[in-house]
Amino acid sequence: MKRLMIGNEAVAQGLYEGGIGLVSSYPGTPSTEITEFLAKRDDLHSEWAPNEKVALEVAFGASLAGVRSACAMKHVGLNVAADPLFTMSYTGVNAGLVICVADDPAMHSSQNEQDSRHYAIAAKVPMLEPADSAEARDFAKAAFELSEKFDTPVLLRMCTRVAHSQSIVETGVREHTEKKEYIKNGAKYIMMPGNAKKRHPVVEARTEALAVYAETCPFNRIERGGDEIGIITSGTAYQYVKEVFGESVSVLKIGMPNPLPEKLIAGFAASVKKLYVIEELDPVIENFCRSIGLDPVGKETFSPIGEYSQQSIAEAFGMEPKPTVKADSAAPARPPMMCPGCPHRGIYYTLAKNKITVLGDIGCYTLGAQPPLNAVDSTLCMGASVSGIHGFLLGSGEEQSKKTVAVIGDSTFIHSGVTGLINVAYNGSNSTVIILDNSITGMTGHQQNPTTGYNIKGDPAGKVDLESLCRAVGINRVRVVDPYDLKQCEQALKEELAAEEPSVIISRRPCVLLKYVKTAPPLKVDTEKCRSCKRCMGLGCPAISMKNGKARIDATLCVGCEVCEQLCAFGAIGREG
Amino acid sequence: MKTVNIMIVGVGGQGSLLASKLLGRLLVDEGYDVKVSEVHGMSQRGGSVVTYVRFGEKVYSPLVTAGEADYIISFEKLEAARWAECLKADGRMIVNTQEIDPMPVIIGSAEYPSGILEELKAKGVNVDAIDALSIALKAGSAKSVNIVLMARLAKYFDIPYEKWIAAIENTVAPKFAEMNKKAFELGFNA
Repeated sequence: MKRLMIGNEAVAQGLYEGGIGLVSSYPGTPSTEITEFLAKRDDLHSEWAPNEKVALEVAFGASLAGVRSACAMKHVGLNVAADPLFTMSYTGVNAGLVICVADDPAMHSSQNEQDSRHYAIAAKVPMLEPADSAEARDFAKAAFELSEKFDTPVLLRMCTRVAHSQSIVETGVREHTEKKEYIKNGAKYIMMPGNAKKRHPVVEARTEALAVYAETCPFNRIERGGDEIGIITSGTAYQYVKEVFGESVSVLKIGMPNPLPEKLIAGFAASVKKLYVIEELDPVIENFCRSIGLDPVGKETFSPIGEYSQQSIAEAFGMEPKPTVKADSAAPARPPMMCPGCPHRGIYYTLAKNKITVLGDIGCYTLGAQPPLNAVDSTLCMGASVSGIHGFLLGSGEEQSKKTVAVIGDSTFIHSGVTGLINVAYNGSNSTVIILDNSITGMTGHQQNPTTGYNIKGDPAGKVDLESLCRAVGINRVRVVDPYDLKQCEQALKEELAAEEPSVIISRRPCVLLKYVKTAPPLKVDTEKCRSCKRCMGLGCPAISMKNGKARIDATLCVGCEVCEQLCAFGAIGREG
Repeated sequence: MKTVNIMIVGVGGQGSLLASKLLGRLLVDEGYDVKVSEVHGMSQRGGSVVTYVRFGEKVYSPLVTAGEADYIISFEKLEAARWAECLKADGRMIVNTQEIDPMPVIIGSAEYPSGILEELKAKGVNVDAIDALSIALKAGSAKSVNIVLMARLAKYFDIPYEKWIAAIENTVAPKFAEMNKKAFELGFNA
């Protein structure tokens, strides 16, 4: 059957057809839908893990037991899962294991634009890279066979434009794969030095064998188009090259970026007068070309920053730009922002009002950094708020502990904030940590997590009791506030900052976008009472604006959270009747 | 045939993903090669969003860049100005006249520009303005703005009305099918 699929659905389809028995992942844009689509199937096990390291280790365990398994993560997720990855390269697999990693060139929803191909090289594992949904399905399916044939985990590299673009996929049927027998084999699976020393040569030999395989791998292919220009390209960059040049240049499309095929590349280079390498992000293929004595045009012409497009490629080749119309006045930017009724707003308002230094974390609540709240001082990576505040206070002195907090979401706290909190308790930090518990993994589109009480299928599951967890690690002061209640937020904040010991404030209210959350009728401004003080504007609520000198609430956007009503000193905001 | 390039631009939360899903499904059923590129994640939170739909015999790039769009369907007026440079010289812009203030305007650090459509028209852009929100409300929900605008686009296409209706039935949840079909009818005849 032929139909349109985003690349991530196609990966799920390929893994499904390839006989996957288990998927374990932590959500992360642009990788999340791979696992969500697999979770719709009932003839395999799917689950959300607390973080990517756990997910990969679960997949490893299943592979060891003889079941084809996979996990999916965003590029920075692979940093978290790097520890098991590097040693799994040594142990190899029993049943096939595929790690889908989604890079985010241009950082549509990420904190950096690292290039995951370096991981394949560093961990010495093969990597496949599709350029559209049809390839995503084909490569994912083939990855299992490659994994078993060469006894190695296989990385499948996606990027945003492949993961989230729809193109036509021809689907097939699910392969029946026999479960492999687990045979105890300490020399292969126990990576203590004596065994690991014997495994490293196996890894090197495997890399050589894979390099030989790469020469004839069907995913590396040449499309001849004359002898003048030859372009080596991969992934989504291939599509832009074809869009610009069609059949007029020769193209070597790399579908397997690690290991690279030396003879194929050298032969291709020798067949054209001028050689180009066009790859998004880092010069991985280009550097390989240089290592074998070639001198292609590469990163000096094609940027290592951001996404490419047919326009950027055409410009780099000096082609005439297409005629365009441009509006005279620049359109004001429209940055993303916290939704009307977002439970994070009340607590951020309280932090901004009290001029608190805020070590932030990764999630929707990073948007608290935007004007007018400007309430965040740093955002680094998952969990860094809780670990960071301890170091920040050690570095800046005791006085700072009275005006500094860490904020972290419920899912992020479980992912890697809890270890930081253990450190806070263990090393006697006087930190105040605010857990923004909106009872869901929000930014990635509402995935369940260990604090929600539901699993990936929406069925009841084990539930982490955050209060008990914080107490158990050694935090004595743990309290819960409703972020819709500004007085409560302010009181809790002042008391916990003043306390001479570490404390946790759990700001608890479910994400307003959750289906089960009932919203209240919209509020209205009484323009007679409004004195135009603009205090309500300090909330940065998209539903509130100034019109003709008075505050106005957009009834189609307002969800009646009543936070602005609490701020108004003149009683101008309320509900009719 | 030459590849046809469509852009759907608007504000996160306005339902452009459903519009592109509908369009993609319809065009595949018509036998074209189709690519649709969309944005998920952070920018969806009330930010400026863009979806590309391209169809023809063979489509490579999932993107539409400067001077390439045959049609831009703007779900919001200001977004029409933001993306105008992607339009081809003889391209057409379908603009919902609804205004949604971006945060810099809300907090007073920028002004919502006036006379956007007049300016674009003066520059020779084919602008087809429509108050899709009012029509959507007549159909029963502000959420059907996306379908009203697809109906406006349908007027420029040779695809029979019934096929659009079938695509709606195949795309939206059954309980919203009637309302959306009504929105399509009102948008088509507006």
